[in-house]
Amino acid sequence: MVGKYIQIGERNCLNLGTNNYLGMIENPEIEKSALECLSHYGVGSCGPRGFYGTTEVHLDLEDKLAEYMKCEEAVVYSYGFSTIASAIPAYAKRSDVIFVDEMVNFAIQKGLDASRSQINYFKHNDMEDLERLLMEQADLDRKNPKKAKRTRRFLVAEGIYMNTGLMAPLPKLLELREKYKLRFFLDEAISFGTIGKTGHGLTEHFNIDPSEIDMISGSLENSIGSIGGFCVGSHFIIEHQRLSGLGYCFSASAPPLLMAAAITALDIMQRDPSIFQTLRDNSTFIHSQLSSQLPSDLRVHGHPESVIKHIRLANPSGDKVADEQLLNEIVDK
Amino acid sequence: MALDKTEYSMSAAEKMSNGAVGRNKNGVRVDRLDGHVHQNGSVKKEKRRPFIESFEKIPLLTAATTFIGFHLILLMGYITSIIFTPKVAREKNRKGYVPLYDRFESFYSRYVYRRLRDCWNIPICSCPGSEVTLKDRVTHDCGWTFEYTGTRSTALNLGSYNYLGFAQAEGSCSEDSAVKIKELGCATASPRIEFGTQKIHQELEALTAKFVGMEDAITFGMGFATNALNLPSIVSKGCLVVSDEKNHASLILGLRLSGATIDVFKHNNMESLRQVLHSAVIKGQPRSHRPWKKILIVVEGVYSMEGSIVRLPEILELKRQYKAYLYVDEAHSIGAIGRNGRGVVDYFGVDPKEVDILMGTYTKSFGSAGGYIAGSKAFIDHMRVNSHANCYATSMSSSCAQQIISSMKIIMGMDGTNEGKKRINQLARNSRYFRRRLNQMGIITIGNNDSPVVPMMVYMHSKIASVVRRLKTNNIAVVGVGFPATPLMEGRIRFCLSAAHTKEQLDNALVHVEEAADFLGLRYSRKRRSKEPVHYSDSESEVE
Repeated sequence: MVGKYIQIGERNCLNLGTNNYLGMIENPEIEKSALECLSHYGVGSCGPRGFYGTTEVHLDLEDKLAEYMKCEEAVVYSYGFSTIASAIPAYAKRSDVIFVDEMVNFAIQKGLDASRSQINYFKHNDMEDLERLLMEQADLDRKNPKKAKRTRRFLVAEGIYMNTGLMAPLPKLLELREKYKLRFFLDEAISFGTIGKTGHGLTEHFNIDPSEIDMISGSLENSIGSIGGFCVGSHFIIEHQRLSGLGYCFSASAPPLLMAAAITALDIMQRDPSIFQTLRDNSTFIHSQLSSQLPSDLRVHGHPESVIKHIRLANPSGDKVADEQLLNEIVDK
Repeated sequence: MALDKTEYSMSAAEKMSNGAVGRNKNGVRVDRLDGHVHQNGSVKKEKRRPFIESFEKIPLLTAATTFIGFHLILLMGYITSIIFTPKVAREKNRKGYVPLYDRFESFYSRYVYRRLRDCWNIPICSCPGSEVTLKDRVTHDCGWTFEYTGTRSTALNLGSYNYLGFAQAEGSCSEDSAVKIKELGCATASPRIEFGTQKIHQELEALTAKFVGMEDAITFGMGFATNALNLPSIVSKGCLVVSDEKNHASLILGLRLSGATIDVFKHNNMESLRQVLHSAVIKGQPRSHRPWKKILIVVEGVYSMEGSIVRLPEILELKRQYKAYLYVDEAHSIGAIGRNGRGVVDYFGVDPKEVDILMGTYTKSFGSAGGYIAGSKAFIDHMRVNSHANCYATSMSSSCAQQIISSMKIIMGMDGTNEGKKRINQLARNSRYFRRRLNQMGIITIGNNDSPVVPMMVYMHSKIASVVRRLKTNNIAVVGVGFPATPLMEGRIRFCLSAAHTKEQLDNALVHVEEAADFLGLRYSRKRRSKEPVHYSDSESEVE
């Protein structure tokens, strides 16, 4: 099992490489509920959601997620990658404009490609750059008001960026959203279940009402220890994905046993909020230790409370090949 | 289907291949597809497999009434939208924003789709085997909201993709999967290229490669993602992809993401494919006229909406001639057709290595989840490093992997029994019997006689909903498909046969289908109906 320790060849190593943030993979309660579901439903669901692939377990999980995130409705996908990659093209089409951070993860990039909209990247976590781009777009709108009335504008950000470990400045993003009338999609693949006093994600961390955000998407593969993904938001927004989300309509629904595992994980998260404090303590401890004890040519990047830490060369030489070779040597040691 | 001789000259040996069109009455084409093997200038007589496909055209009166009916529905919807206020939630706190949805899209989903909404997304409470337990629900406001009545009903399942009947909660497959969950957990929380590869994944890949007859295979956690995330690693800008017009959404998405140029040919039409390939090779890339980096033909084994089987020998011939690569998506054909259940290559008796890339999913015939791509070792090694799904998406759950391994071993006969063979024969028998009985009733079914998917044409949208509702009251669960998944005039009911269905269950279903056909007027076929009883015996199956 790939849990706290991982067996590689002959060696038993401490696992700092997989996304098992809350340790749910080794949890016996989750195993028990998955086995129970297996004995009732079998393994596969043998059909898309529209054609007898919707089981009670799927509907239960959606209700629980909506309740947990204090939103009206949730929709569950069978694979974490497809979630955001299908959600963005369901709303953004060819004539729309999307403002997105340049360091977003690969799945979001694929979603942006599939949407065919005009993409404007702003510098990582740089709100002035974003404001500059928004003002440029506002100028364009003023010159052509008829087109502006039909162009939808979206803002996409991640809770914690997989590629850097930093957190998105949510209050400032919401302020800009309000001012320039953007639709805001937040991808909480990593921050769901890890940030916030009781693990509700970035909105809890910054004390913001989740309904301010148009759609929050998350993954069941990281903190929850199952497979799949979900999107939560208002009924108006989420219902649309049931007919236009490609990964939802044209793909078989998730195996019921994995959904049952996710439901049990959510129950554990609600019952025992102390695990989040433990996780936060671990993250800040590692961050402070790494910052003080790493040799001078390496540096740790990332928010102190983030579960993702990046260790980078303090002075990258600029030559990608040489840098990679050096990092490989460090890893092998 | 004789290739057009005026375009290029054919050698004497080539003229003997690919047979000529037989009788061509009422859309029925009986072709003789033989692999052309030449010995001393003469064609070696190989076992001839009749390739019987039927695409009877819609009667003119029905086309007219369907067209008028659809526009009447739109008109009624429009009037309703003006007179009555919609009950759907309006957006809150978003004043001054550009509307999120297209006007026609939201009108269609609220006033047309909503009235038929109860036919889809029906929740189930049991394993989707040959019988399924449905959770009953009613709507008191014409489809805006649903209320669960608290009761459940058991229905014959003709809607789930359970071709070989492996959707079982008991049995050796489920037991093996349970053992694996206890040993390896539900998931790995890591992409394959990081720490997500367990021994079971390697075992599964080796077994899949052996099953399809290729050198190596690579597996992924989701069938849809297999196509969408791997096609960009196979083709890129400067390549040409020739794809069938009825290809699945995952193939279309993958091809769009890759940036290659896409040319479409008419569904399963070899003349259209030949013309596209011919003109592509001659003209080259759009502005520079340089030769294409590569040409990839993308087809499916069995098309799930049409029930047709790809004409593989003819495509292989064209592929050899124009030096193109071939990608076959066997989502619905792996396990379901072929003497040994190995898919289209087995069905046509072709060497699997002649097809460059074989892709398939484990959802339909193996009762699990996930997808695979099989090909030569060099190609799969390239995919292991360059595939987006391998690098960024989580690996398959161990329980799903074990279910596939167990069911594949049964199909291959590696468990020591002939359970696999029995299931394959049963499925073939069921498909042919069901289709012949429907045709005997005068109902138009399209597609190949051997495909496990039997689409019954009803054409009108209101009839799709009526048939589904009526059969549900008779405890038969079926699936209706209409616009926009199919062309506007071609609404259909799609039956998915399974090896788990018995003759009695099928006969019972056919009785109710015949009643519905009489009540709703579904006997559209103008072909002569034979009065002879249809036999349900081994000689009817494709296994000779």
